[in-house]
Amino acid sequence: MSIARAEVAHLARLSRLALTDDELDHFAVQLDQIISAVAHVQEVAADGIPLTLHAVPVTNVFRDDVVVPTLGPDKALDQAPAVEEQRFRVPRILAED
Amino acid sequence: MDDETRPGGAMPAPDGAGQDRASQGQDRASELTRMTAAELAAAMTAGQVSALEVTDAHLGRIDGVDGQLHAFLHVAADSARAAARAVDERRAAGDVLGPLAGVPLALKDVFTTTDMPTTCGSRILGSWRPPYDATVTRRLRQAGVVLLGKTNMDEFAMGSSTENSAFGPSRNPWDLSRVPGGSSGGSSSAVAGFEAPLGIGTDTGGSIRQPAAVCGIVGVKPTYGGSSRYGLIAFASSLDTPGPLARTVLDAALLHEAMSGHDPCDSTSVDAPVPPVVAAARQADVSGLRIGVVPELSGEGYQPGVLARFSEAVELLESLGAKIVEVSCPHFTYALPAYYLIAPSECSSNLARFDGMRYGLRVGDDGTHSAEEVMSLTRAAGFGPEVKRRIMLGTYALSSGYYDAYYGKAQQVRTLIIRDFEAAFEQVDVLISPTTPTTAFPIGERADDPIAMYLADLCTIPSNLAGNAALSLPCGLAPEDGLPVGLQIMAPVLADDRVYRVAAAVEAALAQRRGGPLLDAIRGPAGLPAPGIAETGAPASGAPGTGGSSI
Repeated sequence: MSIARAEVAHLARLSRLALTDDELDHFAVQLDQIISAVAHVQEVAADGIPLTLHAVPVTNVFRDDVVVPTLGPDKALDQAPAVEEQRFRVPRILAED
Repeated sequence: MDDETRPGGAMPAPDGAGQDRASQGQDRASELTRMTAAELAAAMTAGQVSALEVTDAHLGRIDGVDGQLHAFLHVAADSARAAARAVDERRAAGDVLGPLAGVPLALKDVFTTTDMPTTCGSRILGSWRPPYDATVTRRLRQAGVVLLGKTNMDEFAMGSSTENSAFGPSRNPWDLSRVPGGSSGGSSSAVAGFEAPLGIGTDTGGSIRQPAAVCGIVGVKPTYGGSSRYGLIAFASSLDTPGPLARTVLDAALLHEAMSGHDPCDSTSVDAPVPPVVAAARQADVSGLRIGVVPELSGEGYQPGVLARFSEAVELLESLGAKIVEVSCPHFTYALPAYYLIAPSECSSNLARFDGMRYGLRVGDDGTHSAEEVMSLTRAAGFGPEVKRRIMLGTYALSSGYYDAYYGKAQQVRTLIIRDFEAAFEQVDVLISPTTPTTAFPIGERADDPIAMYLADLCTIPSNLAGNAALSLPCGLAPEDGLPVGLQIMAPVLADDRVYRVAAAVEAALAQRRGGPLLDAIRGPAGLPAPGIAETGAPASGAPGTGGSSI
């Protein structure tokens, strides 16, 4: 089980992490070691064993459909890096062309 | 390690004669910082001391030693004093107060606080000020607990040493060159360093129990869902569990009760009564209990002194009337690899929210970069190496083509580990093991070796995967380095009271054998408030430099 540098670069892109070449070199070696170590789970005979998502399961957690106060726009925008016209201002999301 | 490398306690013994008022005040402050939460609460109830005086004593202690311990990221002196004054006023007005009213506490910086910064040990949150209090924060305030400030932690609670904090590591009061454990290492350092009698941590893979073990204090991971995650910045949502750190089992139980209980704001919160942990801590009796030793959590790779102290603890339990049996949990061997697939997978999803758009850091927003580029630049600048590793590992494990082989398989192993616990608890009431394979390691030793760092959680992870209650109790010092060893006690889901019952019995027996609390053995430049040692004239026989012969 091993992971190539190109695959780590792909993971970094998927993870929205702008890594430097040095970081990619470093992480590629470490992730390869970690993935080899965690791959030991594949030794376990687990055919037909159900998956556990939550160890202490709770099901159908409902609450009454009651309107409660929420953060107002001032409070919600209070910590934003950039605000415009009572909205979060974000960089362009579409390409120029 | 001998006494030469650990200068003796800096505080002079109070001789009660010829002292000026200032030194008497200092002695009284030292005395207050050495007291347990239960003792402080009793003294305040009896009118012997005010909450303000208690708070000031601890703030003074923080002033004196936190430059060395670096347990706190933020000290909230003014709001702490205001909270203490409010408790004093309510008490004077005859209000009925909770059992921890006026007791100071160190809060891990993973919980949101409206009146203090909340960094999670990361730069990506910038100067964020949360718009709401976590449920844990709110409950502590309502109980009259005085929040002294926010404690250091590994970034987003990922780590076992606090070295992954963006703001530098905390130090272990036993030896400032060593880690205090992690990720709740700021809270463990503060409690062991007498900066606060109580601390709150979170335990995802051992992040309360491991720092408690290596700092020589008590730490508890309650049953998953027993304490609310609302306002706890998420790392791995199916594992994250808030819990108490304290210097005694009873103090941990008092805090456990104050912070726990069903919370409608957390959809995984268990709607069940809080187990009777305080009554169990007072019961402190193991006669007739069946206690299982897990052979898979022992042996090769464990420090000899850790195993020696653990064996002595087993013998002690037997002498106290418990029935000891060996109980194999064969899938525990696979807990660590399963955890390092499940936790990173959940983290890669949870940490996607840090995108630089709505709060916190934003990098590269200069008009030349797209939103996606700004996200990538922000996350690259805001996250440290361990967080980046885990996000990419989780992204890998969740990728199509790898999902079944890694994440799916890990979830099956999780089921098998739960079955191991269920089978074991049919035979015994609690399971025990060492809390950690080694004592506190030197700062820097594992900082760039992720796999070595992950091994620190070898014994603690099974209880996170299964969601059951587990506690770490100091059970002596390892002879080879004079550092604390932790005894882990594990009980079934919602049987949290059992871990307290066993721990309190061991604590009482060890204190009797040792002649006092283990923390009396600390020597160090943190200058621990030492009157306890000097007054009794009986330094603990297990102190560093004496060969650590007692447990």
